[in-house]
Amino acid sequence: MHLLKLILRNTLRHKLRTLLTVLGLLVAILSFGLLQTVVDAWYSGSKAAAPDRLITRNSVSLVVPLPVHYRDKIRGVDGVRSVATANWFAGIYQEPKNFFPQFAIDAVPYLAMYPEYRIPEDQLRDFMRDRKGAVIGRKLANTYGFKVGDVVPLKGTIFAGNWEFVVRAIYDGATPTTDTSQFFFHWAYLNESVRARAPLRANHVGVFVVQVGDVARAAEISKAVDAQFSNSAAETLTETEQAFQIGFVKQTEAIVIAIRIVSFVVIFIILAVMANTMAMTARERMSEYATLKALGFGPRFLGSLIFGESLAIASIGAVLGVALTFPVSEWFARQMGTLFPVFEVSMNTVWSQAACAVVVGVAAAVLPAWRAAQVRIVDGLRAVG
Amino acid sequence: MPVSVPAVQIRHLVKSYKRGGQVVPVLEDISFDIATGDFVALMGPSGSGKSTLLNLIAGIDRPDSGELRVGGIDIMTLGEAELADWRSRNVGFIFQFYNLMPVLTAFENVELPLLLTGLSSRARHEHVDMALSMVGLADRMEHFPSELSGGQQQRVAIARAIITDPAILVADEPTGDLDRVSAEDILALMDRMNTELGKTIIMVTHDPYAAKRARSVRHLEKGVLTD
Repeated sequence: MHLLKLILRNTLRHKLRTLLTVLGLLVAILSFGLLQTVVDAWYSGSKAAAPDRLITRNSVSLVVPLPVHYRDKIRGVDGVRSVATANWFAGIYQEPKNFFPQFAIDAVPYLAMYPEYRIPEDQLRDFMRDRKGAVIGRKLANTYGFKVGDVVPLKGTIFAGNWEFVVRAIYDGATPTTDTSQFFFHWAYLNESVRARAPLRANHVGVFVVQVGDVARAAEISKAVDAQFSNSAAETLTETEQAFQIGFVKQTEAIVIAIRIVSFVVIFIILAVMANTMAMTARERMSEYATLKALGFGPRFLGSLIFGESLAIASIGAVLGVALTFPVSEWFARQMGTLFPVFEVSMNTVWSQAACAVVVGVAAAVLPAWRAAQVRIVDGLRAVG
Repeated sequence: MPVSVPAVQIRHLVKSYKRGGQVVPVLEDISFDIATGDFVALMGPSGSGKSTLLNLIAGIDRPDSGELRVGGIDIMTLGEAELADWRSRNVGFIFQFYNLMPVLTAFENVELPLLLTGLSSRARHEHVDMALSMVGLADRMEHFPSELSGGQQQRVAIARAIITDPAILVADEPTGDLDRVSAEDILALMDRMNTELGKTIIMVTHDPYAAKRARSVRHLEKGVLTD
């Protein structure tokens, strides 16, 4: 009790110094949390992947399409439950900065494979009936104010021309980590239009989404699918949805690594600041430590005082930093629009923030505590605070 | 402690410091006794080694060689932890600049040494009340050191020094930072501690006026006892 009282009063002894140090910690813990959340957002696609879904693409490259008639052959592979097509559309809504993912899909099987997209039945019926209809995610709708019935014009990039879609349904995510920033429309509509404009590009798809009945057989089925098309003009590469998503992330892995490094550099900087504060504090109080030693208090008591103060400051900074991470990340997600489909502060991030604060608090106190424990009483009593 | 055993027995005590690679002798072959219940003033010019001698007796520094018994115990043989424990039970410290914890009240400062004992909170409270009343600061218990005058702070320090009822009080220039009136006040208080409580007091001082309050005076010059 007396130890805690001493720690508390020592912590508040130089209010401005403590305030500035806490402020530094708050900023560092907050920055660390935000950067870790950015990294998590980068990997959100792979985390949301279902184990029973495979992706079949052209083995040369994702940008090289596959003939749509492959669908029937894939469907015939033992263990395959369902097959859907999906085309990356890459249209521009008003300005290039208004990015959101758009897919032309084989709607019935595709949406059945993604039960995490929750669509009201009446809206789903309207979408199925409308050739130019689109189903969009809640986050996308909120970002641009899209409502059911709105016409969304997109300027084609891969598929040239001006395209118009009518929002017929808005889906919600089954969990907070479900991507609700996407825009789906009928592949049939895309194919008809392409056939009219560039007949040679018609009847091709970007990828097939393959649902398997037995997750344990995913690898075997992937091989069986690819075997169907070996030595053909368009060989395939089939992998799990998660592996497919990670493949995307790997293309930008250097950025993720840089963000990770920066997040730890921020912590290292605040560790140096905190260590300096604690060293200064201990130096000023050396005569007090010597007095306590003269009275009979041991190095453990002095160490507890110093570690306690350092951890108290780090804890206050961490609590405030973690508490602010949530509203600040919400604000950040709003500013980023649909760039990050999922931007949620995870519990892992919160625990990492807490762990960083503890490491900073402990590491900053090691040297001052050791010095206080080592100082000779007669030398300490001569020290001027 | 039997009356016949001197409070402090010093034989051929030697102490030196290393400064810049050179060995500087501070105390050379010091031998003398301090009787139990005595009030001794150690005097001498700056650098004569009087504070070093006081530190050795108090067990906060160690001699190079010689023999040093305090209360019949050879404190040179004690390890660091044992020595700290011995100090907490046998020595009360009075410093020139009081050395109170600025974040603790007068009450809490005096209570501090009692935290090393097994006393209950209630017993500690009673002891502190008594000690602060003895030094005339019963009405200033909740004051922080910064709210007290120099003389009052030194009285708190004296209360802290006697709170564990040690046999010996060591005082290093206890009046060095005080005006004449406050100094007289402190010296009178120390005199009471000596006569009424029977504490053995060893006081380092430059001040001949302060030394007059002691029962005996020992002079040091260049690390050697001159009388």
